[in-house]
Amino acid sequence: MSETLTLGKALNHGLRRALENDPKVVIMGEDVGKLGGVFRITDGLQKDFGENRVIDTPLAEAGIVGTAVGLAIRGYRPVCEIQFDGFVFPAYNQIVAQVAKMYYRSLGNVRLPIVIRIPYGGGIGAVEHHSESPEAYFSHTPGLKVVTCSNSADAYSMIQQAITSDDPIIFFEPKRRYWEKGEVDLSLAPQDAYPLHSSRVAREGGDATLIAYGPMVRVALDAAEAAAEDGRNLEVIDLRSLSPLDLDPVYASVRKTGHAVVVHEAPGNLGLGAEIAARITEECFYSLEAPVLRVTGYDVPYPAARVEEEYLPDLDRVLDAVDRSFGW
Amino acid sequence: MANGESEVGADAPAGGFVQLLTPEGERVDSVTTAEGVTYSVSFTDEEYRELYRDLVTVRRLDAEATALQRQGELGIWASLLGQEAAQVGSGRAMRKQDMAFPTYREHGVLYTRGIDPIMPFGLFRGVDQGGWDPNEYKFNTYTIVIGSQTLHATGYAMGVTMDGRTGGPDGEAVIAYFGDGATSQGEVNEAFVWAGVFNSPMVFFCQNNQYAISEPLERQTRIPLYRRAAGFGFPGVRIDGNDVLASYAVTRSALDNARNGNGPTLIEAYTYRMGAHTSSDDPTRYRIASEVESWKAKDPISRFKAFLTKQQLADDDFFGQVDEDARTLALNLREQVLAMPDPQPISIFDNVYPNGSPLVDAQRKQFADYQAAFEGSAH
Repeated sequence: MSETLTLGKALNHGLRRALENDPKVVIMGEDVGKLGGVFRITDGLQKDFGENRVIDTPLAEAGIVGTAVGLAIRGYRPVCEIQFDGFVFPAYNQIVAQVAKMYYRSLGNVRLPIVIRIPYGGGIGAVEHHSESPEAYFSHTPGLKVVTCSNSADAYSMIQQAITSDDPIIFFEPKRRYWEKGEVDLSLAPQDAYPLHSSRVAREGGDATLIAYGPMVRVALDAAEAAAEDGRNLEVIDLRSLSPLDLDPVYASVRKTGHAVVVHEAPGNLGLGAEIAARITEECFYSLEAPVLRVTGYDVPYPAARVEEEYLPDLDRVLDAVDRSFGW
Repeated sequence: MANGESEVGADAPAGGFVQLLTPEGERVDSVTTAEGVTYSVSFTDEEYRELYRDLVTVRRLDAEATALQRQGELGIWASLLGQEAAQVGSGRAMRKQDMAFPTYREHGVLYTRGIDPIMPFGLFRGVDQGGWDPNEYKFNTYTIVIGSQTLHATGYAMGVTMDGRTGGPDGEAVIAYFGDGATSQGEVNEAFVWAGVFNSPMVFFCQNNQYAISEPLERQTRIPLYRRAAGFGFPGVRIDGNDVLASYAVTRSALDNARNGNGPTLIEAYTYRMGAHTSSDDPTRYRIASEVESWKAKDPISRFKAFLTKQQLADDDFFGQVDEDARTLALNLREQVLAMPDPQPISIFDNVYPNGSPLVDAQRKQFADYQAAFEGSAH
């Protein structure tokens, strides 16, 4: 029963399935109930599952995550929604000091199967704090796992896999892709879907490797399409899991192509791209024809909406980096 | 708080507090607050004696821990000296099914839960981070970041409600411990909001020991802490934190209210930290000796001993035996601390994720290989 769904609707279906499959799953956050979330990702869920399963919380992010910790100790599987990327920081203490460390601190006695959903990234013309990419902060924190989806099929499966996982997971949703459509097999059980913490080749090619995740996968695929017209075949890898990283497919690709370009929206300095470049260099040193290059957001606060297109990596900047790699 | 304050001596702060045993060891039968709530206790002679035993035991164990730290056997110790009554009273007020969320100083509460006192010493000796199963002991792991556990307690209490485990005498209640400093934390105030909005079955038990390390209460608040509760829509009660009977009576009442579905209560236990914040602290830099002396006169144990003596509930043989038993426990604790093995270095890679991580696995192997490279060499 394959259906064409937007990424946002696929998440909604995935959350619905998770609520159906396990009575301990609860969704909590600001406006997630009656309103269905500001992006409508939880649309209709409170109506069908009740106010104890889909909880409109007070407006305080530390409270959302902190009470989720207590609910998890009690045996629940909370799915927290942080309304926007830039609003996660009030909860940062609870996420980094408590959620990430409780299992370690308790010598493995306390599992916190918490999912923290965060719509992230720019490109929607929003005001400050609504367009950020804070994934590196969380990927840097031991004890957390971090994933992001780039398409509808992954959105549907990955959110369910994250909820069934006993690991605490930060689930980044590419908000500007919420409305992009894709085919989703709604009969696919989470355990049969592509593994959560695995990267995937999104497009095969033998000339250079583009490594992207979340909202940038679309940009990378478009760049590969454009490059193909010029006779250059770019391989695109969708990382999907940001912590842990699954880089074996990346190494295999780079050993084949000798050229690697990492693309992300977050600022480049000490971002995911830096870690990926370091590891590729270590694993594929003798295969590389050029240094690993990065195409990222600049190291400035996320700019005003009228100039955000200049800030965001786009097709031209990606192809420019590919050209630089070949010209090295 | 208590309208009986004039009867209970001049030691209450402005606004009064619930006190059922004066510093001189006089029993107050009951106290009725301005809100019309009456607090009292009725214990058997044996129960009174057991409370005394608890107080002496937790103080003695605490003294042993302080000594162990001074001797280099613990990395740090957070002493409960002076706060025994607040902890023993509230701890004993919990029913078996109730759940506690402690800070890092609730050794007395831990003891009253029937837990082996050795349990938190891994944390203070530095052999682990203080790990146990909260659900097994109905006592969460110690939380060090100030105030964070109040939200965990509130979430847990929401779960109690969602499980339908309130609404009668068998219901469950949750108690969150924190201090005066924590009341300035946003997270504690968020916990108050949540607990109020969701009518959570819980008690916020604030041990106001007058200092957050060096900062006096005046740096945290301009109204008495118990009055904060009114702004969040639930009752606040101040008790004499050095009176184990008041601590017991008010906590028991508040927990029972919670388990019956009547929502949260804030209890401010007005007490004093007789020792340092931790063994790393030097309180002579920020408070004067006469202040400490004035609180010695309000000691929770000597007042209880005076009461037992006056009421002829216990004699010197009993007191001597309690001291001796506490000493035996303390020496046993010492032996257990000294026998704690250091963890294997490779164990730092354990328990990072329930489902493991290839990154951690790879580093564990790398570390093991690196260590193995030294074996047999005279590095």
